Order: sequence, then C-alpha cells, then structure tokens
Amino acid sequence: MRAITSKSFICLAITLVLFPFLGFSNGEKTISEAEKEFNPTDMIMHHIGDAHGWHFMGSGDNSVTLPLPVILYTDSGLVTFMSSEFHHDIEGKHIVEKNGMRFVNFHEDIYQLNEGETAVKFNEAHYPINASKPLDFSITKNVAAMLLTVIVMLLFFFKLARFHKKNDRAPAGLNNVLESLVLFVRDEIAIPQIGKKKYAKFMPFLLTVFFFIWITNLLGLLPGAANVTGNISVTVALGLFTFIIILINGNKDYWKHILWMPGVPTPVRLILAPIELIGMFIKPIALMIRLFANITAGHIIILSLLGLIFILESAGVAGISVPFALFITILELLVAFLQAFIFTMLSALFIGMAVAEHEHH
Amino acid sequence: MNLITPEFGLIFWQTIVLLVLIFLMAKFAWKPILSAVKKREDSINGALDAAEKARLEMENLKASNEKLLAEARAERDNMLKEARSIKDKMIAEATEDAQEKANKILTNAQQSIEAEKKAALAEVKNEVATLSLEIAQKVVMKELASKEDQMKLVNNMLEDVKLN
Repeated sequence: MRAITSKSFICLAITLVLFPFLGFSNGEKTISEAEKEFNPTDMIMHHIGDAHGWHFMGSGDNSVTLPLPVILYTDSGLVTFMSSEFHHDIEGKHIVEKNGMRFVNFHEDIYQLNEGETAVKFNEAHYPINASKPLDFSITKNVAAMLLTVIVMLLFFFKLARFHKKNDRAPAGLNNVLESLVLFVRDEIAIPQIGKKKYAKFMPFLLTVFFFIWITNLLGLLPGAANVTGNISVTVALGLFTFIIILINGNKDYWKHILWMPGVPTPVRLILAPIELIGMFIKPIALMIRLFANITAGHIIILSLLGLIFILESAGVAGISVPFALFITILELLVAFLQAFIFTMLSALFIGMAVAEHEHH
Repeated sequence: MNLITPEFGLIFWQTIVLLVLIFLMAKFAWKPILSAVKKREDSINGALDAAEKARLEMENLKASNEKLLAEARAERDNMLKEARSIKDKMIAEATEDAQEKANKILTNAQQSIEAEKKAALAEVKNEVATLSLEIAQKVVMKELASKEDQMKLVNNMLEDVKLN
C-alpha cells in the first residue's frame, strides 16, 4: 500500500510541477510563430510513411539523414542516384538531372518531368500536372529496414544453427529464447492448424514470416526506425505469399468445397460458390489489412501523444504524454509479438484448410 | 506516398527479400535447428521410455524377489514342520523300541532268574537229598547196628504208616 501511495504522490508532484509551464509558454511564442506552423498530420504521416532517405533528426540541410539509392525504371532505362541529391526537398522544388531526364521528389513520390519542363506545375488539388511517375525500385527506408531485419535474422539463427551443429545439448541464453520461439511456432501454430502429417513442408515459410514480422515490428519501435510492417505494400506482399501458397497447395477437396460444395442441394451450391470464391481472396486481404492497421495505429498513437507536446507548445505536457507514450510503447511490444503470432497463426489456419483431407460426407 | 496505396517497388523488394530469406533460412537455419530439436526430443523421449522400462523392470524384479522370499519362507516353514514331525516320530519310535527292548530284557532276566532259581532249588534238593540219604545212611547204620534196634524201627515205621 505504501509503495502505491508514494508512487501516485510522485506522479502528482511531477504533474503539478510541470503544468504551470502551460501558462508561461504562451508568452514565449515569438520564435515559434516566426517558424512554420507545426502540422501534426504531416509529422505523423512523415514518420509512418516510406521515404527515400533514412532521416534521423534535424531539418533541412542540418538534418542527419542516411542517403539511400534511388532506382528508377524510366522509358529510357534504369536511372540510379543517391537520395541525398534531392537535398531533403520533398516539395518537388529541387530538380535532379540524370541522362537528360529531370526528377523531383514530391512527398516522397519521385516524378519525372515531361520533356522540356523545368519546374513542376500543380493543379488546384496540388497534384503535379506536367510530370509522370516512373516505376520506382528505390532502396527506400522500408527496404533498408527490411534488410536490417534480414541481417538480424541471419545473424541470430545462423548462430543457433551453428550451435546445434556442434552439439546436441539444449541451448542457453538468446539461443534458448529463439529455439523456444521456433518450437512455439511448430507446436502451437503449425502442428495444431495444419496437422502432424503435412506441417513440415510449411515450416520454413511460417517460421520465416513469424520472425520477420516480429523482429521488424520490434525494430520499428526504435526511435528513428521505419514503419515497415505498418506499410500496406509490405503487408500486401506478405499476404500474397500466403495466398500463393494456398493456391499451389490447395487439394482437390479444397477446390471442391469452394466451387461445388458437396453435401448441399444444387441451388445452395450456386449461392455458395461466389461467396466461397470471394472468401478465398478476403482471407489474405484480411491478413494484410490487420497487420498494416495494427502496426500503423500503434505508431500513430505514440506519435500523437508526443505530438501533443508540440500542438500545445509546452514542455509541461511531456509530463503526461511521455508516460502515456511509454505505456503505449510497452503495449506495442506485446502487439509486435501478437501480430506476428496472428499473421502466422491465420496463415497456418488457411493453409491447413487448403490441405485438409476431408472425410467424405 | 499515400498511406493505403500499395507501392509497386516496395512490394517487389518485399517479395524478393522474403523469397531470399525463406530460401536462406530454410537451408541454413530452420533445417539444422528443427532436425537438432527433433533429435533432442527423440533422445529425451527415448531416455524417458528407457527410465520407465527400467522402473517397470525394477518393479518386476522386486515382485519376483518378494515371491522368491515368500517361497523360501514357506519352504523353510515346511521343512521345520517336517523336521519336527520326523523328530516326534523318531522319539516315539525310539521310546517304543526302548520299551520293547527293556521289556524283553526284563522278561529274559525274569526267565533266567526263574531258571536259575529252579536249577538252584533242584541242586539244593539234590544236595539235601544226598545229604539226607547220607545222614539217613549214617543214622540207619548207627540205629540198625543191633537187631532189636532194627526191629524197633520197623515197628515205629509201621506204626507211623498206620497213623497215616
């Protein structure tokens, strides 16, 4: 009891000490008023979106940004240059000239200016009208973060594999944690959903996806990290993997249950077929939206809480919003695991449904 | 970059990265890890099975030991009982034998005593007879030294005979 009271007292004290700054801060607005107004939506979208450079801190030319390669497939072949050539401009003002083509970065979309144009023109909806988008294969922030996950996974699991090559003993420390998770995927996800006879074939996919999502989620929580699994393109690719695996491995029973449901009258079959056909697509789509929405939502909540400090223009708000953001971050640690688990679990479930051998009705 | 519009480039990279990752991990990580885990599980299960088997064997052994012990005990009891009965029988037989022998000896003794007695009596009788005859001879000889004595005797005897 005493511990709790003293803790709540400390919280109260911090709040009381910090809140008065709310009042004082209004008087010191002169500098910030001169600068551009803080736009929380832009800030949050910038943080959760993909980018062509890996921005850590600062703004404009003072920013600390890791330049990443921009790879564009234009009508006249591949064009590559480093993202630093845009000089941190995302307003479409700074023009990069390569092979006689002009490129601008407009809100992290790369536009190629039409022949002869020297500046981007916008219409009323603030949309470029004299430029087109080439196919963008850039190593963006998300791709770089993805590669970081790959490096982490290769390091960790090759180490575990090397350990197992040397001896038959149970591993200790990090190896033990990783092995327990491998066993968790095998015993709690793959075997119950797919069955003991067929699970082994899908283990590489399930394990890789589970650890890829989990580690990427965790790395995404670090300050300055990319929001990879909260990007719809990434989850689309992940969902497509599950979808294609189901299509390749679906057995005769699976297709029969979709197209011509056994054991029901023909009119019902005609109604069920389109529903089942749509369901076939909805399953992976639900997978991709669930992962994307959960991770993005977590990032938005944390950024919103921290954004409150800048919206209210008071360091005092930090006393409230930083503990809240910390709480959400800890919650996100759980969500990171949970979403990896759910994605893998449902993938295994759908695969299990596709390869199940039905008893004939 | 719109929040909910998929970008082709990113999908492309994610697909490549995941394909390569699945390939690398499957070949160099998952396969050795899973097979090692499987091997260890098998060995643990094997050890557990062996322990269970050993336990059962121990139990069997204990049970058979106890059975053996009980059997031995029963046998010992039997042997004791038998020995006791044999002993009793032997004692009884010996007693009977001894009694018989004693009786026999006694009878023999009695018989020989009787015989001895008879012999002794006969001898005594003979002795007495002889002695009597000699005495009588001597007496007669002395008595019958004169004629009248002889007559007197005859008369006495005759008198006795009449008395009888």
